[in-house]
Amino acid sequence: MILLIEDNEDHAEIVMRSFKALQPEQSIQLVTDGETALDYLFRRGQYSDPKSSPRPKLVLLDLRLPRVDGLEVLKEIKQDEELRGIPVVILTSSQAGNDVKMAYQYHVNSYLVKPLEFGKFSELIRDLGSYWLTSNVNPFVHEPPD
Amino acid sequence: MAIKGAPLNILLVEDNEDHAEIVRRSFRDHQVLNTIHHVADGQAALDYLLKRGEYKTPETCPKPHVILLDLRLPKIDGLEVLKEIKKHKELHKIPIVVLTSSNEDKDVAMAYEYHANSYVVKPLSFHKFTDLMRDLGFYWLGWNVNPFAVHGADWKA
Repeated sequence: MILLIEDNEDHAEIVMRSFKALQPEQSIQLVTDGETALDYLFRRGQYSDPKSSPRPKLVLLDLRLPRVDGLEVLKEIKQDEELRGIPVVILTSSQAGNDVKMAYQYHVNSYLVKPLEFGKFSELIRDLGSYWLTSNVNPFVHEPPD
Repeated sequence: MAIKGAPLNILLVEDNEDHAEIVRRSFRDHQVLNTIHHVADGQAALDYLLKRGEYKTPETCPKPHVILLDLRLPKIDGLEVLKEIKKHKELHKIPIVVLTSSNEDKDVAMAYEYHANSYVVKPLSFHKFTDLMRDLGFYWLGWNVNPFAVHGADWKA
């Protein structure tokens, strides 16, 4: 499954709709703030059962998030021995030099800027999905399928 | 910092000449302007990046926007090269795509352990290999925002 961490409802809608159209078998879990994202990934609280909270094979991460900021979420993922192998792709409206620099500092796999135009946004999701789910080899090859 | 319109630099670390040629040809007519700099062993890769040995002058070794790294290399193995690059402050942000024939779990695990950005297995079929290079090129040179650029390459019409 893909974990989508996005607080903007419209953007989340575009991402999920694009995946549904292009890769309908692909399950996506949406969380809308950084704290919940970390709870999910670290299997805390309501997410403690690994069966109902499978490890994502890809994380799509927005930066400006409520409760815990995206860069902090990234940092925690990449510092954790079990989670650091999961590809994290930042998908943000920010082109700020400092955001880009810090993201790579924290070992983000890839940094993408959301296109303003819907058609281009869908194209991006198509190429992103194809690259990370088909071309890229994921380290967690032995996890149960989603 | 990438200048709009200037070709993006790719460092290709590959000892198999046939594979190197496929990569070069795939990127030659790519929609995103690029220049491939090819080295054929792990030592040369590090010399290039650290500006030493035969790569002392900056014109001979422009900083790459992405590195395509094979694993089984002469002199210094690819995983060692990866580990070394990620230790250097001025180099560790460069996106590194491992591009290898190996599909072994331990290679995949170690590559991600050493913070490879991506791991791709070379297809056996020539057409699949060139298709993969085209898609990989679009993704890393077109969509992905480079750490040394303020804006991603402006290429889609």
